[in-house]
Amino acid sequence: MNNLGTNKYLFSKGIDSYFEGVYNGYQFTLRFFKEAFRSPFHFREIINQCFEIGLKSLSLITLTGFIIGVVFTKQSRPSLESFGAVSWLPSLMGIAIIRALGPLVTSLICAGKVGSSISAELGSMKVTEQIDAMEVSAINPFKYLVVSRVVATSISIPILSFYCSFIGLIGSYYNVSSEEATSLQVFYHNAFSNISFLDIFSSFTKALVYGFTIGIVSSYKGFFATHGTRGVGKATNQAVILSIFLIFLEELIIVQIVNWIRYF
Amino acid sequence: MEKEKIQFANTEDVVIKIEGLYKSFGELEVLKGVDLMLQKGENLAVLGRSGSGKSVLIKILAGLLKPDKGNVTMLGKQLNQLKPKQLDELRLRMGFSFQSSALYDGMSVYDNLSFPLTMNVKHLSKKQVNDAVEEALDAVGLIDKIESDPEELSGGQRKRLGIARTLIMKPEIMLYDEPTAGLDPVTCAEINALIVEVQQQYKTSSIIITHDLTCAKNTCERIAMLIDGAFLKIGTFDEVFATDEEQIKKFFSYNFTL
Repeated sequence: MNNLGTNKYLFSKGIDSYFEGVYNGYQFTLRFFKEAFRSPFHFREIINQCFEIGLKSLSLITLTGFIIGVVFTKQSRPSLESFGAVSWLPSLMGIAIIRALGPLVTSLICAGKVGSSISAELGSMKVTEQIDAMEVSAINPFKYLVVSRVVATSISIPILSFYCSFIGLIGSYYNVSSEEATSLQVFYHNAFSNISFLDIFSSFTKALVYGFTIGIVSSYKGFFATHGTRGVGKATNQAVILSIFLIFLEELIIVQIVNWIRYF
Repeated sequence: MEKEKIQFANTEDVVIKIEGLYKSFGELEVLKGVDLMLQKGENLAVLGRSGSGKSVLIKILAGLLKPDKGNVTMLGKQLNQLKPKQLDELRLRMGFSFQSSALYDGMSVYDNLSFPLTMNVKHLSKKQVNDAVEEALDAVGLIDKIESDPEELSGGQRKRLGIARTLIMKPEIMLYDEPTAGLDPVTCAEINALIVEVQQQYKTSSIIITHDLTCAKNTCERIAMLIDGAFLKIGTFDEVFATDEEQIKKFFSYNFTL
């Protein structure tokens, strides 16, 4: 780069640092896959992180899932009523919640709650030299901190996603039962009548991909945080924004692939 | 500026040998040909102003940074030729006390000490871990804090705990980064006494990065003056103090004035 005369950047500072970030992110992800399948495996730390990520998000997911079920049912009712198709409401909500809303809402909540927490924790450890302290104690900080967190988000978020879908359907049933005399059994039968294995599988795949994305992005941003506490704040902010952006991008891609498979 | 000539004698007693070490960050040259050797059982202070490259040097010794040029041989192993696993094996034989103590704030005092031990030594019984933690805490006078959290400790106690965490692995080499920075004179004296105690009790050889002359004088057999990225003078405190070199005289005079 120095042979470009006085300009030390290949393009400009912003463009160079963008491509550098993409390359470093790629290297970081590659390192995850190398380290994840190599011993030692920190199972206890993975379980701890699953507890931190999964169990501690349960109340928020429950509340949000229920409200979403109620609100979406309430919002969809007038449109279906105008066609005289209110009986399709459970089926519509089943498709909407299981195919899209469950994984998407869960991962967006987790990107904010879990992603910011991972990024802030690792960032603080980085700027207070705790990560260096692990390294000089012959403990692999990447394996102990990053691999355990990414594995934990990849396990916890799919579970939370199915839980969110279940609660969302309960919220939907609550709204439906307040308007029509429908039993829970009939509601669930109708809700799942148009759900195929592909829907369940794609929902699981989405949640898995989103969970991995949240874990890897948040860990990456935290692991390389610099410039003290201000840098930690910046890294946390970037982790949440980038995770949400990537989740929407992945949603778009996965939906296209699933639709292609569905109509193949 | 004439660089100090190093005599590499008694090579079997040399635990750290640094030869022609260079390190730059972008266009900023931090280390410009550093040579040093540390004898077995010796405490050596690296003195210098802020930004002279002291912390960069110690981070290279711990394998946290890679030099651009030059060799570091530690306990007979050349650092730049070691594979990650071999580097970890070497790290188990050295202790690093951070300027900020770098305590794991999500863990208790007990866990801060047991963590490196249980992660590196497999199949230890609970009693063996407890005994090792108690021994290390006893050595630094913090046995009554075993159930505390790091945030409940004072600055001096945090430094002591940071040292205890390294002692639990029974290191042969200790690297101290500014052990007395930010502490009151009484606590500084306690930390200085602890460094000497560690040297005698654990038979360690140490490099102490500091700008505190009292610490250097009271804990070390030799001091090395790092000026502008290279050692200008290495010798006993009195030898370095008596030098005619202008920059060293200036450093000493400012310290004593303050």
